Amino acid sequence: MVETTIEKETEESLSCFHCGQPVRDSHLMLDNRLFCCRGCQTVYQILNDNNLCDYYQYEQHPGLTQDKVEGDFTFLDEPSIKNKILIFESADYAKAEFYVPAIHCISCLWLLENIQKICSGVIKSEVNFSAKRVTISYHPLQVNLSAIANAMQTIGYPPQINLDTQPNKVTFNKSLIAKIAIAGFAFGNIMLLSFPEYLGMENNGGELNRLFSYLILALSIPVTFYSGNDYFINAWKSFKQKQLNIDVPIAIGLAALFLRSSYDIITHNGPGYMDSLSGLVFFLLIGRWFQDKTFESLAFDRDYQSYFPLSVQKRIAESYKAVLVLDLEPKDIIQIRNMEVVPTDAELLSEEAFIDFSFVTGEARPSKVKRGEIIFAGGRLLGIPVLLEVIKKTSQSHLTSLWNNEAFQKPKESKYKKIIDYAAQRFTWAVLLLTIATGIFWYQHDREQMWLVITSVLMVACPCALALAAPFTYGNMMRKLGHFGFYLKNADVIERLAKADTIIFDKTGTITFGNAHITWKGFAEENELKNVQAITASSTHPLSVLLAKSLQSDSSITIEKIVEKPGKGIEAYVDGVLYQIGSANFVSANKPNQQQASYVFISINNEVRGYFEITTFIRPGLQQLINKLKNFTLGLLSGDNESDLKRMQTFFGKDAKMRFNQSPHDKLAYIQTLQNQHKTVVMLGDGLNDSGALKQSDIGIAVTDDTGVFTPACDGILQGDKLQYLDKIILLAKKSTRILKVAFAISFFYNIIALSFAVSGLLTPLVAAILMPISSVSVVGFATLAVNITSNKILKETL
Amino acid sequence: MTILILLISVSLVIAILFLLSFLWSMKHGQFNDTYGPAARMLFDDKKKKHE
Repeated sequence: MVETTIEKETEESLSCFHCGQPVRDSHLMLDNRLFCCRGCQTVYQILNDNNLCDYYQYEQHPGLTQDKVEGDFTFLDEPSIKNKILIFESADYAKAEFYVPAIHCISCLWLLENIQKICSGVIKSEVNFSAKRVTISYHPLQVNLSAIANAMQTIGYPPQINLDTQPNKVTFNKSLIAKIAIAGFAFGNIMLLSFPEYLGMENNGGELNRLFSYLILALSIPVTFYSGNDYFINAWKSFKQKQLNIDVPIAIGLAALFLRSSYDIITHNGPGYMDSLSGLVFFLLIGRWFQDKTFESLAFDRDYQSYFPLSVQKRIAESYKAVLVLDLEPKDIIQIRNMEVVPTDAELLSEEAFIDFSFVTGEARPSKVKRGEIIFAGGRLLGIPVLLEVIKKTSQSHLTSLWNNEAFQKPKESKYKKIIDYAAQRFTWAVLLLTIATGIFWYQHDREQMWLVITSVLMVACPCALALAAPFTYGNMMRKLGHFGFYLKNADVIERLAKADTIIFDKTGTITFGNAHITWKGFAEENELKNVQAITASSTHPLSVLLAKSLQSDSSITIEKIVEKPGKGIEAYVDGVLYQIGSANFVSANKPNQQQASYVFISINNEVRGYFEITTFIRPGLQQLINKLKNFTLGLLSGDNESDLKRMQTFFGKDAKMRFNQSPHDKLAYIQTLQNQHKTVVMLGDGLNDSGALKQSDIGIAVTDDTGVFTPACDGILQGDKLQYLDKIILLAKKSTRILKVAFAISFFYNIIALSFAVSGLLTPLVAAILMPISSVSVVGFATLAVNITSNKILKETL
Repeated sequence: MTILILLISVSLVIAILFLLSFLWSMKHGQFNDTYGPAARMLFDDKKKKHE
């Protein structure tokens, strides 16, 4: 055992013991184990101190990297919030349920169920692995909810609190499965009981046959009235809204089948078509379940509120108390700490503050705010805590006005008539007209047969296969795309994506990505560079952050008189030596001739030593992607300045529409202009500053390198390294729509055959019984197979 | 042929019992987490070894 661990360590000497990430600098060592960041090391330390290192036995590197900003859970102790999370509460026993997205392996399960060893007062904790939920029972007198949440955070499993999505959806799913179980049960038994009829033994049994038919009737009642009730309810609803959706013909078909068969059975005219009815309901429900299952596994219904800190520290008398953001009133005094988002427009009471407005304006550089100035909602504080006076209630503020834009409220789906609804509408009218015509014909020729024929027509016309085709095709494609790193909000996105003709990219984070290429051109001693690192580490400017990350650090350095001049650079003294770090003008140096990157100059004691050349990487494969997207109108929107214009032109060509210095409002407006020109726009963006544009676009795709962290209002999430396959994804969307149309054609083919029998009054139970299941099964089979074959073929080329 | 009536009623009753037991187990959360319990079984083993 000992030997194997040593082997593992030497093999993976460069990855973090906790999370398995590659280790950049080797400072963080503990017990001979390497860690990528302070967070991972802390988690290990806590586990080690509490004798919980078994955690590392079940899986290798079970942790997730810990370099994220820590949340604050004190708001959980507010009674109004607590009540939404607690399942049960009494004086000495309480039970709460948390959603913990970080749960991913057997080690997580083990650790979270042993949380009482870290957090005393917890009685029992139980993990539901599939739902990623933890149910914790505890003594309310010994420990409070925020302490538990904090304990979970210290070990790397912060619960995600979103008051809107707390009620779980499990109950709905359960009833669907119960409906499927009952329909399947009835379907099987009805088929068994129909055997004499299938074998043509109709007239042999007499009483036995009658008994069978009554059993069949009894079995079909729960199928129709319990399993199938959704279809009747939906049909009724759509009827009231004076719109025909796909559920209307299904409901009519089901009703016709049931009434006709019941009539047959009661009047001893035969066993009816209950086998078709129950089979139909069974297959329809399976289709729905399949769709639900896909949605559930891809669900990311977090809305904008999950970006706001739910509570904020409000000053009451001399102390601070966590209150709900929505309860803030003008004149309230609140405290905002480092990296917290300002929840509402407020006036600064402290001396000064650095606010990162990239959320609102797209501008990455932090801006300095002085006492008495107003900070708009959505800004993120960098640095020391500040006091603010609220001037507006949250709902009215600047940021919510962006979010409350029409694009967020109006469900995009309503703008499109889905293929399925379009088909169903025409089909329903056609069937109704056909039924009336047939009724008139038979009324004139053979009045006795009229009702029989009318019900047969309605019954076989039921476009069950039509209803199955869409969920199976799109649901399956969604699942395939999910494996591929493209997660969709719902299946309709595929349909819209197939129609796209314009693709707009955001620059930072979408085309370029996080890391940068940094080269030092100049001369400096090793310890001088360490001093530079120490100075840049205290600044939050994106370039400083990149520099600080790339240079070696030394925690013993003390910096004096640090002054950061926004837009220029930083000045500081180390051991009495003046360091100036910043733009060429700031240190009075000459600019390099070729301006293709960002430059940071270093001057020590007023002597220019050289500069760092910082190039942000462009995602690999971008050029090939753009070459493949020749048929689309391409565009670029960026919140940054134009320094990258030339580089971008080499990628996009001179004709592409490129706009720089765009605010979120500008981006949103630009998408709107395109849409007014009847373009179907795909927007690929990253940051929250794109969320307006993402939502406004017909298909908003968030490009991200970390799906767990980033989920704005969008239709799909695409993994950053898969961006180069965007063309393939659009191709797949187009193919799915084609597959769906073929599936429709198959379904119509069967319907026409069956209808021709029915209209001519020749429909025997046998024909109906054979045709209806075959049509459903062949449509489902075709859709599933075709999607699998196409997607595998296309995706294989990329992997 | 009358034996058929008996057989069919017996088979239906048995089938219904199974259906009801399925619905019961689903209602009581036996299918809520299909991964956890299997993994949890291994933890107990581990603990005993250590003790």
